[in-house]
Amino acid sequence: MDDFLIRALLAGLAVALIAGPLGVFIVWRRLAYFGDTLSHSAILGVALGFLLSININIGILISSLAVAGLLILSQHQKQLGSDTMLGIMAHTALSLGLILISFVHGVKVDINAWLFGDILSVTWQDLWIIAGGVVLVLGLLAFIWKPLLSLTVHEELARVEGVNVSLISAIYTLLIAILVAIAMKIVGALLITSLLIIPAATARQFSKTPEQMAVMAVIVGIFSVVLGLGVSFLWDTPAGPSIVVSASGLFLLSQVFKR
Amino acid sequence: MSFNKKQILHDISLELQADKILTLIGPNGAGKSSLVRILLGLQTPDCGVVKVKPNLRIGYVPQKIHVDALMPLTVERFILLAGNRNIKNRLESVLATTGISHLKDQSVQQLSGGEFQRVLLARAVINQPELLVLDEPAQGVDVIGQGELYELIAHLKETHGFGVLMISHDLHLVMQKTDQVLCLNQHICCSGQPEDVSQHPEYLRLFGNIPAEGLAVYTHHHNHCHDLHGDVVDGSDCGHDEHNSPVNKNEINTSDENKDHIHG
Repeated sequence: MDDFLIRALLAGLAVALIAGPLGVFIVWRRLAYFGDTLSHSAILGVALGFLLSININIGILISSLAVAGLLILSQHQKQLGSDTMLGIMAHTALSLGLILISFVHGVKVDINAWLFGDILSVTWQDLWIIAGGVVLVLGLLAFIWKPLLSLTVHEELARVEGVNVSLISAIYTLLIAILVAIAMKIVGALLITSLLIIPAATARQFSKTPEQMAVMAVIVGIFSVVLGLGVSFLWDTPAGPSIVVSASGLFLLSQVFKR
Repeated sequence: MSFNKKQILHDISLELQADKILTLIGPNGAGKSSLVRILLGLQTPDCGVVKVKPNLRIGYVPQKIHVDALMPLTVERFILLAGNRNIKNRLESVLATTGISHLKDQSVQQLSGGEFQRVLLARAVINQPELLVLDEPAQGVDVIGQGELYELIAHLKETHGFGVLMISHDLHLVMQKTDQVLCLNQHICCSGQPEDVSQHPEYLRLFGNIPAEGLAVYTHHHNHCHDLHGDVVDGSDCGHDEHNSPVNKNEINTSDENKDHIHG
């Protein structure tokens, strides 16, 4: 097997490893659109990275966290529904990012790679960063797992029982932002949420506990990555979209064989 | 306390005691839930003070809750979310006292209304609270189940010795078990022993002249009260202020008191 394919596979597996447990909460808390907003705004982060000559991953983290902060602030206004607010932010950040990228001179920015991923260009250096991110995300998530689960089931009950809801939610948002930064290279800004949602939705019917569902989502994610990369290699299809379509295929299969 | 510039609660003063059941009644929109949310610290009043014993352990039973269908969660796990590992050895006994041992491995989405309320009750008492707060615990429960549920709450109070603050739509069902009733309609209309409150003119104005005795099961519809909104009556003209009501001698612990003063 070629070296670049091994790197792609490792990167994909790493993302599946954290997208599973983070994704089940996206599904339980109905945050799909929230995930979309964070990942779309990552394009703004890419633009920031190029314009300010900082690491792109850092740029993505900054923009995702800034958008998340804005969203938290905007929760106090009741006039616009939260999905309207998310829609405004997601597409503003995406468009603003695309405009800013057009101002980048000197370097040629491959915008397609950022929108739809470029997993085959992952370098060993990228892999080390990804590995660090995976360890950080899994560690923090294990630490907040129980209170996060409790506030997901019922926020007010959790608050009365002493859970610091805003702190735990903020940490969870940070974890999603880290995932977005990592997964940009794998599936791109437009498709990241699919890796959070589709394996989690597939995992539901094979699980009896929340933890089982998280593990099952990881397994489904791993299968999707392997399948997608295989398809991409055999038929020369774009890698990121192939992974997503594989995940959808597994989801459909699971629905067909539903008990 | 006001919402969207509409004042919904004012001049409230109440005191909660260990080993006593205080029931909050009142028509829709009277501010019952808001008052409870303020006491629980879920909402901040515009002005006023809530004095709570430090580290008071509160058990809370919210109104009927919904758990997302995509979350695989058994009754056991749901209850154990209430605290850390060492509550696990109390699980069996709590399940037994609330009568839900047989539901332990069932998923929470399959529970009936009455079963879910018992599960919520079990989660609230597993932390051995000093104060139990229930927001319409009998909602979505059939009439026989409601009676059993109030029976269970009173029984748990006896065995655990905690204070109970309960919101109810229906005075008649909770009457025998309640030590004190507080009738709320944006301010405290009247309060006192259930028998007195049920005869109080303010109460009768709100709930109609229904004889309390002999009507163990009666559900109101509260629409007839809407014309009273904004009709402010000075709370002091109610003869049954809670401070005048006999206070029990053997307080478990005076610091168990949970005092609340809100002035809007």
